[in-house]
Amino acid sequence: MRELLLRMASKAEEQVRDALGAVKRRDAQAAQHSIERDHEIDELELEIEERAINLLARRQPMATDLRTLVSTLKISNDLERVGDHAVNIAQCAKRLAEALPVPDVGDLDSMADVSTEMLREAIAAFIQRDAELAREVCRRDDQVDRYNDSVFRVMLAEMARNPGAIVAALQMMLVARNLERIADLATNLAEDVIYIVEARTVKHHAEDASYREAEGEFDQ
Amino acid sequence: MPTIRVSADGDAALETRDVHVHYGDAEAIKGITMEIPRNRVVALIGPSGCGKSTLLRCFNRMNDLVPIAKVTGEVLFRGENLYADHVDPVEVRRRIGMVFQKPNPFPKSIYDNVAFGPRLYGRPSDLDDIVERALQQAALWDEVKDRLGHSALGLSGGQQQRLCIARALAVTPEVLLMDEPASALDPIATAKIEELIQQLVEHYTIVIVTHNMQQAARVSHYTAYLYIGELIEYDVTDTIFTAPNEKHTEDYVTGRFG
Repeated sequence: MRELLLRMASKAEEQVRDALGAVKRRDAQAAQHSIERDHEIDELELEIEERAINLLARRQPMATDLRTLVSTLKISNDLERVGDHAVNIAQCAKRLAEALPVPDVGDLDSMADVSTEMLREAIAAFIQRDAELAREVCRRDDQVDRYNDSVFRVMLAEMARNPGAIVAALQMMLVARNLERIADLATNLAEDVIYIVEARTVKHHAEDASYREAEGEFDQ
Repeated sequence: MPTIRVSADGDAALETRDVHVHYGDAEAIKGITMEIPRNRVVALIGPSGCGKSTLLRCFNRMNDLVPIAKVTGEVLFRGENLYADHVDPVEVRRRIGMVFQKPNPFPKSIYDNVAFGPRLYGRPSDLDDIVERALQQAALWDEVKDRLGHSALGLSGGQQQRLCIARALAVTPEVLLMDEPASALDPIATAKIEELIQQLVEHYTIVIVTHNMQQAARVSHYTAYLYIGELIEYDVTDTIFTAPNEKHTEDYVTGRFG
């Protein structure tokens, strides 16, 4: 089960990396490949779910085994969503390939770095059963939210100043929003690791606030 | 040694204080102090030979019947030490009843099995009511009401066990001690016993020894984990099975040994 989950995590990380690369290079072909590979992640989720249910039925796991199994189910669900967000980013890349370039992407690069790092560290925390590392991941989520705000502001200003940049700027905002969601999912993953190790449920309060904020901004 | 404080959950029906049991030179129970909360189910779990049955038998002086057994320490029931000199062990066993792994109905009629206890204490005029009530409480009445005169030995294993429970209930105990009550029964009979336990706990305090962890998880409010005569951990059942504090407990409930 662990191996399946690790395989899924590594694919999800790769998908995010490749999608972001396609955005940078405005590479429609690479983006299309990413989109097509998403089904591999979906299949892994199904396999994990099936195995988990069988394990529950046949072995009645207890204590750490039980917490690990339940968290594995939740993590696989989160990783599948990470895959979906990677697909969204790849779709932005495709649209960007046909749009006029945007001169200043502001904090988007930093945001991409932090989000992918958070995902990688959350997975490392799971492998190493490291609750402290998991907590660090949770703490970085605010930084991503701040980058998200800044990208929005910069892109809005750009759109106001240069109508020709609207299409590209919108795609950048979408990429930022998907990165923000990936960071949130990494935080969820980290919280699940804390649950496995310490049997404690840690809720990330800022999560709901930032989601509502992002929705609100987009409606402007 | 971790012990739950029963004051958080009503008063204690039973309490042990530094109880030791020796079988000759061998020490089977090495100083156990614990409280059994009233109207709750407490499960005693642990690998074979850990002393759970021995501990159970301390609660109603059944170890008195084992010649080489020596019990020290106190077992308090209603504030009184059951092992004090003036205490009548027979009366103890009426108030703290016991049900065993292998159903042991008397070779008499169903009625006479249940009536046996009450008759020992006199000839109550309402014996029929007493028998019916006990059989009702043991969830057996409907199945046997038309054949009370039949031999108890003609009942199925599950029914015999419920008859033994009815027999214990007929003398109005406060506590029921159950030593692996369902081990000799098939899954359906086991489920019936477990359901019965959930009903009985409303009126009685129940301590159950079981080697089946899933059963302990299903029926008990509190679980005590014993290992080689020591109380390793004693806590709310949810905690023992989702996040035990002791590594030893964790290893046992996850099946790493035992």
